Amino acid sequence: MDWLTKFPAMDTDRLTALKKAIDFAFRDFTRANGDLFEWALYPVQWFMYRVEQLLTSSPWPLVILAFAVIAWLASRSTKITIGVVITLLLIGYFDMWEDTMKTIAMTVVATILAIIVGIPIGILMGRSNRIQAVLNPILDVMQTMPSFVYLIPVVMLLGIGRVPGLIAVMVYAIPPIIRLTNLGIRLVDKDVLEAADAFGSSNWQRLKNVQMPLALPTIMAGVNQTIMMALAMVVVASMIGVQGLGLPVLKAISNQYFTLGIFNGLAIVGIAIIFDRTSQAYGKRLQKHLEVIHG
Amino acid sequence: MVEQSAEIGISVRNLYKIFGPNPEAYIDAVKGGMTKTELNDKHNHVLGLKDINIDMPGGGIQVVMGLSGSGKSTLIRHINRLIDPTAGEVIVGDEDVVKMNENELREFRRHKTAMVFQKFALLPHRTVLENAVYGLEIQGLPREEQETQARRWITRVGLDGFEDNYPNQLSGGMQQRVGLARALTNDAPILLMDEAFSALDPLIRMDMQTVLLDLQKEIRKTVVFITHDLDEALRLGDRIAILRDGEVVQQGTKQEIVLHPADEYISSFVREVNRGRVITIDMVMTPLSGEPKGMPVAAGSVLEVAAKKMTDSNASTAHVTDASGKPIGNIDIRDVIAAMVTPVDHESAAAA
Repeated sequence: MDWLTKFPAMDTDRLTALKKAIDFAFRDFTRANGDLFEWALYPVQWFMYRVEQLLTSSPWPLVILAFAVIAWLASRSTKITIGVVITLLLIGYFDMWEDTMKTIAMTVVATILAIIVGIPIGILMGRSNRIQAVLNPILDVMQTMPSFVYLIPVVMLLGIGRVPGLIAVMVYAIPPIIRLTNLGIRLVDKDVLEAADAFGSSNWQRLKNVQMPLALPTIMAGVNQTIMMALAMVVVASMIGVQGLGLPVLKAISNQYFTLGIFNGLAIVGIAIIFDRTSQAYGKRLQKHLEVIHG
Repeated sequence: MVEQSAEIGISVRNLYKIFGPNPEAYIDAVKGGMTKTELNDKHNHVLGLKDINIDMPGGGIQVVMGLSGSGKSTLIRHINRLIDPTAGEVIVGDEDVVKMNENELREFRRHKTAMVFQKFALLPHRTVLENAVYGLEIQGLPREEQETQARRWITRVGLDGFEDNYPNQLSGGMQQRVGLARALTNDAPILLMDEAFSALDPLIRMDMQTVLLDLQKEIRKTVVFITHDLDEALRLGDRIAILRDGEVVQQGTKQEIVLHPADEYISSFVREVNRGRVITIDMVMTPLSGEPKGMPVAAGSVLEVAAKKMTDSNASTAHVTDASGKPIGNIDIRDVIAAMVTPVDHESAAAA
């Protein structure tokens, strides 16, 4: 009755052979195409580098002012703006300024990439049931796969450093923006779409004038979630050489530096709150026309 | 200030619509006489419209009346092909809408039709003005031109000063005025109104009907108006078609409908109608013999108006004059009142 207590697994030799075959195939693929990918990602690398430079080498009062202005423009809320300034001052005072700026740079660039790639995919998904049927399970896998696993193929393909980290972060953070763009487009009132058709809108006019503006609040919720996931992944990506707040956390884990871990962890919480509140307030402002003044 | 749109008639011919996954398979059976119930029970397809034939003259208001589920909203959506028919023709002007390809259809919708919806269907993220320009924006007119046109119609429907409000800030009646302004700004010869006033409360509805009738005197568009309300149908319609279970049960002028209901179903509606506002004095006058008696009343006046005029001036008889003022018949106040209160006997009405 051996087969009942021990699962009749594939025998070890064959399993090893299978894993080897896949690994070698992927390794060959990366060896053949690694340079190509690196070349293709050069603009991303350049952009990433620029943003990081801008944030780390500008004078800190200017950076804080810039963040305050952005927060104000997005939220029109004094409370949020003051919160942003205080959080950044505290982070600087506890000597985490440079790491924080690197983390913010990575998060911002990854979010921008995720939006650029994710929204068109979400739109396609919203317009076609077939594409939705194909993409949904893929997104499910992406959202449940442990985040560390993303690092492996990226490192094999691009080595360690900023850009592979960025790609891993983006891939990890992209599902919410795709899903919520899809949802937003699908939730647009059928009556309004019919009216747009009745006046002779082309597909593009329908998308531009009706579907996108009405889906925008939902899409903004997706952007918010994407930012949060990117921030979480930036810390994990420190394992493949991404600099920023994740690195001290990693160091704290391996050396049991409790306070170092807590401080850097709190800094991450701080910028998460900044991003979250600001982007949510912006999303709310987009829905201003929905305020019912007439009863 | 009023541009005359060319009046375009609409002719719906042998129109069938079957809803379901495979409508073509059953069209011949339905043409051969399969009933709605049979189609539904045996084949799980719904017969939406069956052999619709309506000629809508250009420049008039054609009302299509029916209760919910009668297919009236389905029918109006065939005119700009928001719904594709299973069989039949929809001739607008000299084109068959059913045969248009995608581009032709888009151009047709942009330039020939405008639509007003039961649930308004305004763009919630756009202001009143931005909503009103929508049709012209789609056509690609210069922005300035769009706004001039839109502002004119916004004023015309009584929304002056609300140009920068969002639809959610307006009441239902005002929202539908925006819907009307949006449709009129499009300046299309055909105006499709799908239960446009049904969502409004009765007083506002009367108000909007008046707005539409006043406008129609100037714009002379071909209006197709869908309603479930017979009073509304009689008030607005130059011609009325009554739909039941996807079939036309009767069509004609309002007097024809009120005086000669085709069956029990229509009779049951007509019984509740305020006849004094529907029947015209032409129906009760006696052809002129000898001298015209009493005061003149214009032909085409409804009974209520004639009765009021006659009682105001204390006259028991009057004569009817045609458009040029020539006397064509006599009426007696007793006949007028009799026609208002008791159903006119079909035979005698036909003889008159």
